[in-house]
Amino acid sequence: MLLNILINGLIVGGMYALLAVGFALIFSVARILNMAHTAFYMVSAYVIYIGTSVLHLSLFPSIALAILSTVILGVLCFYLFFDRVKEHEFAVMIIAVALASLFQEILLLTFGGTILAIPDFAQGFIDIGGTNVSYQHIFAFLLSILILVMLWVVLSKTNLGSAIRAVAQDSEIANLMGIDVRRIYVIVMAISVGLAAVSAAVMGPIYMISPLMWGQPLVIVLAAVVLGGAGSIGGAVIAAFILGYVESFVVFMVPGGSFLGGAASMVVMILVLLIRPEGLFGVHFEEERL
Amino acid sequence: MRGHLFLFYRWLRGEVLSIPGRVIALVFFIGLFLLPVVTQEPYYLRIATLAIIFALFAASWDVLAGFAGQLNLGHGLFFGVSAYAAAFVNINLHWPPWITIPIGAVAAVLVGLIVGIPALRLRGMYLALVTLSFPLILIGLVFVFSDVTGGELGLFGTSVLSSSRVASYYIIAVTFTICVFAMYKFTDARSKYLRIGVLLHALREDEITARASGIYTTKYKLLAFAVSGFFAGIAGGLYTHYLRIAGPSTLELFFSFNALLWSIFGGLGTIYGAVVGTFILYPLTEVLSLFDLGEKIRFVVLAVVLISTLLFMPEGIAVWILDKIEVKCPRCKLVNVFWRKRCRSCRADLYPEKTKIKELL
Repeated sequence: MLLNILINGLIVGGMYALLAVGFALIFSVARILNMAHTAFYMVSAYVIYIGTSVLHLSLFPSIALAILSTVILGVLCFYLFFDRVKEHEFAVMIIAVALASLFQEILLLTFGGTILAIPDFAQGFIDIGGTNVSYQHIFAFLLSILILVMLWVVLSKTNLGSAIRAVAQDSEIANLMGIDVRRIYVIVMAISVGLAAVSAAVMGPIYMISPLMWGQPLVIVLAAVVLGGAGSIGGAVIAAFILGYVESFVVFMVPGGSFLGGAASMVVMILVLLIRPEGLFGVHFEEERL
Repeated sequence: MRGHLFLFYRWLRGEVLSIPGRVIALVFFIGLFLLPVVTQEPYYLRIATLAIIFALFAASWDVLAGFAGQLNLGHGLFFGVSAYAAAFVNINLHWPPWITIPIGAVAAVLVGLIVGIPALRLRGMYLALVTLSFPLILIGLVFVFSDVTGGELGLFGTSVLSSSRVASYYIIAVTFTICVFAMYKFTDARSKYLRIGVLLHALREDEITARASGIYTTKYKLLAFAVSGFFAGIAGGLYTHYLRIAGPSTLELFFSFNALLWSIFGGLGTIYGAVVGTFILYPLTEVLSLFDLGEKIRFVVLAVVLISTLLFMPEGIAVWILDKIEVKCPRCKLVNVFWRKRCRSCRADLYPEKTKIKELL
């Protein structure tokens, strides 16, 4: 049982981290609370489904297609909607929710409410200390870690990364230093949506695909960003792992726990906001709280 | 007697008939109360009744979000808690609706105060996230304790408001009128009797400055949560006694977003905007769902309406229309109909720029 929780928490946490890090990125850089983040993840999962089942491509070309089309969609949404109301945080948030439900309804119209599946990377499972772990889970975990490391390298070692961090710290000063802030926003939006698309490829075969699939991970992602601390990308990753463990623990240990998986994350989020509103690793920001 | 009538007529002409917004409100309420005289078709009555309940719900959201500036993304929490509380008391203790609805509203006020406590420490997006999470937690609990809450089916079999459909309609319509008027007066920043309206404006515009000016913001924030919860609770109680069911659908995020959609479409920070928005959009959704295609695309339509409102008409449709048909006198600040050239009281020129241009030509 303990090993079950340990392994499951690690894998689930890795997948949540991949989703949360993209969300935290656009939030900390452009102050856009993109509630449609997991809706992009859903769109990408559907594009993979179209690629494999309708166009009969093999898995990797359809994943590439999914990432490309989701990134284009995300950048389009940025130019058409977010960029225009960026000054009003509430309007951004509400527009994002409306966009998410728009995607949901369009997918519901095209594919119906039926649950669909996309193929695994690999079949079969391996036995670790009496617990069956499928190759897909291991692959998901390794790929998540790989992408997180790549993102870390980009953010901390390249010129683009320092520009992004500069904009996140103070966009006005960054602008004065000759950084094209709007271009950085677009790039970050593309990276963020691209990460959502990759997580669709990773998580899609594990969780089934349906037009309602964006709600549950959104809750986790929001909780992860709050727990990790706004503006801290590493914090979001660690928080995602913590929430993965919390969820596994609740699902395995509490009776009726499968209904409470999302609620547990929400309770964690509220407790964090009440006890330490700046999160685990966030900077203490005076104007955000009273 | 004749003198009183004459005074009433003069008041009516001066304070109501010469201000377009108030004429529209008067016509709206007369229409609301004459509807059962015109038609008693159950389908129309049902749409009208639900529109009234939802308008009350949307208006109570507006008190919190539009006036106090506390963006509440989980407003369905108040509605749902009240619906469940009223249904629970009604089914188990067989108390009549006129007791259970206030009980539900009080339950919603208590919940509003509980939600309001984190709101004292948080603001902006963080508050929105917390309010978003409460109904999600509650919905999880509803499913876990399904022997008390009825699980997915909810609690059903609550007693009706009145055995006759028309009487139920009038009970709901009268409650709605009183509640909306109360909310309008409560939030009125120009009120001579209540300070709260202008304090809420101050709270929304700049909380730190409001505190620096000696306003105890904690008290007024909690008050806004309690008042908003109370009226949403009344709407929830009416809903459960009208449809005879209290189900988990009232706690779903989609239901909360409805309030947001209606209020923003009508106009944020004006109680009448929420009412206008609901009375336009809710019947529209119902009409759309009559058709096969409309049934499928109605949520797409609503999402597009919300996005385009925020992008192109952020002040909302009610305010937009009022701006077009009302002109404020530049000298005495009295409201006039747009076709007047001179103010009805002080005879000042209502459109000084236009006259100037004409003189120049």
